Amino acid sequence: MKPTNIKDPEYFHKVVDCQYACPAHTPVPEYIRLIASQRYTDAYMVNWESNVFPGVLGRTCDRPCEPACRRGRVEEEPVAICRLKRVAADNKEDVTGLLPAAGKSNGKKIALVGAGPASLTVARDLAPLGYELHIYDENAHGGGFMRSQIPSFRLPEEVLDEEVGYITDNGNVTTHYKQRVDSLKSLLGKDYDAVFVGSGAPRGRDLPGLPGRDEGAESIHIGIDWLASVAFEHRSKVGKKVIVLGGGNTAMDCCRTARRIGGADVKVIVRSPFADMKASPWEKDDAVAEDIPIIDNHVPLEFVIEEGKLVGMRFDRVKAEYDDKGKRSLISTGEEPAFYPCDEVLVAIGQENSFPWIERDIDIEFDKWDLPRLDAATFQSTNPKVFFGGDAAFGPENIITAVAQAHQAAISIDLFCRGEKLDSRPAPNVNLVSQKMGIHEWSYDNAVCDDQRYLVPHAEKSAALKDRKLEVELGFSTETGFEEAQRCLNCDVQTVFTDNLCIECDACVDICPTECINFIENGAEADLRGRLRMPANNSEQDLYVSGKLPTGRIMAKDENVCLHCGLCAERCPTSAWDMQKFLYQVSKASLIPGLPE
Amino acid sequence: MSYVRPAFRHPESKTNAEGFTRQDYEGALSTLCAGCGHDSVSSGIVDACFELGVWPHRVAKISGIGCSSKTPTYFLGKSHGFNSVHGRMPSVATGANMANGEMAYIGISGDGDSASIGLGQFGHVARRNLNMVYIVENNGCYGLTKGQDSATTDVGSKSKKGDPNPFEAIDLCAMALQLGATFVARSFSGDKEQLVPLIKAAMTHNGFAFIDVISPCVTFNNTPASSKGYEFVRDHIEATGKMDFVPVRSEITANYEPGFTKEITLHYGSVIHLYKDDKLDCTDRGSAMRAIQEHNDKGRILTGLLYVDPDSKDFHKVQQTVKQPLRDLDEEDLCPGARALNAINGSLR
Repeated sequence: MKPTNIKDPEYFHKVVDCQYACPAHTPVPEYIRLIASQRYTDAYMVNWESNVFPGVLGRTCDRPCEPACRRGRVEEEPVAICRLKRVAADNKEDVTGLLPAAGKSNGKKIALVGAGPASLTVARDLAPLGYELHIYDENAHGGGFMRSQIPSFRLPEEVLDEEVGYITDNGNVTTHYKQRVDSLKSLLGKDYDAVFVGSGAPRGRDLPGLPGRDEGAESIHIGIDWLASVAFEHRSKVGKKVIVLGGGNTAMDCCRTARRIGGADVKVIVRSPFADMKASPWEKDDAVAEDIPIIDNHVPLEFVIEEGKLVGMRFDRVKAEYDDKGKRSLISTGEEPAFYPCDEVLVAIGQENSFPWIERDIDIEFDKWDLPRLDAATFQSTNPKVFFGGDAAFGPENIITAVAQAHQAAISIDLFCRGEKLDSRPAPNVNLVSQKMGIHEWSYDNAVCDDQRYLVPHAEKSAALKDRKLEVELGFSTETGFEEAQRCLNCDVQTVFTDNLCIECDACVDICPTECINFIENGAEADLRGRLRMPANNSEQDLYVSGKLPTGRIMAKDENVCLHCGLCAERCPTSAWDMQKFLYQVSKASLIPGLPE
Repeated sequence: MSYVRPAFRHPESKTNAEGFTRQDYEGALSTLCAGCGHDSVSSGIVDACFELGVWPHRVAKISGIGCSSKTPTYFLGKSHGFNSVHGRMPSVATGANMANGEMAYIGISGDGDSASIGLGQFGHVARRNLNMVYIVENNGCYGLTKGQDSATTDVGSKSKKGDPNPFEAIDLCAMALQLGATFVARSFSGDKEQLVPLIKAAMTHNGFAFIDVISPCVTFNNTPASSKGYEFVRDHIEATGKMDFVPVRSEITANYEPGFTKEITLHYGSVIHLYKDDKLDCTDRGSAMRAIQEHNDKGRILTGLLYVDPDSKDFHKVQQTVKQPLRDLDEEDLCPGARALNAINGSLR
């Protein structure tokens, strides 16, 4: 293998598993250390710079960081990253003075369609640059699906209002609420320099062909629309017996909401096996904890109508079979169809994009799925003035993905308005600095804590089920937050090896608790992986390879389960190993304050 | 700030044939200087014991005084240990072995402990062929008292202080051979591929197994002009033929590399495979002594297995003492009664 090029910021970025997995690449270990030192405001601002909605995401994020967390490969459970983010948000002081001011006008006007996470992020990134930003939304408040679809028992309104307000209170941002954009053509006809479409994926899938669908229409609802009608208080009760169709997070929100507004017997019925359900494991757990059975392997056959009224549903019982490529098919077991009585059905089987308000003669090309054709890096459509982001861009994802896309769209809009090329994207901000303070002393807490993942307390179930707005998860106390923060392995504190200092004494090899470090004859990667002290079987994790050493061997380190404990550097007599903190920040359109000095 | 070894180990760590993990053979975290060769020797002992599958509670570690003699704390934390008086490790090991011949004994010493204050003890334990592994962690200086030249420092070698050593060095391998040791090897702490099989073979040998391990002192004796620094040793090292150690329980199915010429079966049935080496017949004491001298004359350091007597008879056998632990002897064994006495007396009439 060739020596690893550690000057390429992507190498060490990849070692920070959580940050690398995060669509917005939030510097997770950095803010976790700040939480451990009780600097909640600083921790919050590190988040805010990167993901814009720390309070919201600390409760509702899909957490792609957690399955990636190295801790999950060393012991059973990853660090509770999401809940730590909430600790920062819950305990911060007033941050309004830290927010970027409205920039001096640059004479450019941007329209943003939809007031969801994508548009708000674009607005935040562009406001300091002096753009005049106009956000249009059909609802009375900003937040988009964070408000309409995420129930208050998971995300209290005050938290959302506060974080939306940090953006809309900026002097360069004007909101046009209760104004639905019905025609992009007419919007383009106004004097905007660019338009950002962040209108989400607003259409919930239905089961139009299923027998009884039309006759039972009054008692059958599309999940996301139903959640919105509850959130906006157009609806305050539901039948006693409720069936929720679907296995995603929307289904979990539907069933739990139904339990709070009158549903005594609420069931989730899903086509796929339980393990294949799209819902996050913790959301499934929370639903089950509220006495909601999840019945898997049931495919809907018909809505059963008696005397013009919905009385239940019939399902075909199936089992999942997987072919060689892992593709699943659901095969009927041939048993008698199962009947479940119900008063109402909530259909939460997915959602999709829908652009009836975009005319097809305004140079925006659509593909065969009727989605706009976009540049995957710049988010520009075929009409150079129109940019997309969030669910409206490439279909439904999640908040953190919407934010990440919107950062890129904001950069594109700024480049476009300045007449520059969109493909000249700014490089990330990186920094790499030694943590050595003295003998046995590092400026990070290098001790590896053995604690298991801490559980977050929940509100009393009987009280929670009575009040749709009572938040269920109570969040970590600052004490538990500290303990959980200590579980972080500080993967951003990198083991940096300088080959011309090494005397090959083996001290690092002998001390390394996870046997990551090897001094070995060089070879091709596959060969080298197999010859290490502990074979490097996780091919998703890189090998860190040095140049040739005096004995002709090389140093090869498997990054997979390195604990970043610093003992290699501690035992190195020549400082060939050093622990250096690596900071990686995705560049934004404007400089957002975030990192403390 | 922390200087604590984390509890986590590689999740794919294996257990050995006896069900132990490598961690079961580790000791406390070393307090020696960073980069000390002795820590590599400790790690080599851990590897050897893990791979052999010895039971930690069936091993006793015995040492004298010095940096080297501190190291038993840093390996085999679940074994027995005795940190004895300076240079007196062999006496304690002898006593322990006489009291219980069923244990494995690992003596750890240094060049000061064995070649200066303990030279007499070293000589006698070698000639008695006590069944033990005797490892000298040889760094050519008194590290614990700030790096004075020791009895194994080569003539002209310069430590950090900078004065060339005027005295002849004691070659402990040559001495051991002359005094009748039945297993003699030399190795280098920076070469575990050689060291670990040697320790395994030594632990399996029935008799006195001596390994002189050149183990650089990074703090006081790792200068370019020192003959026991990492750089010098690497530049001047030569190895006897490559060696494989095959423990008794493994089935021999491997195809050996071409050039494999010799097989030595040790007392308990384990086998040492040796690869072609023209210069040395390592079952011939004289050949080993000549090879050491020839390399020494050329300024080279000869490492590897130098001599082994597969038919070695250990101290118990020679003395006809009971190998069974003394604590297991009951009254009937110790006092066989009037009939036995009469039988003895009868035989003398």
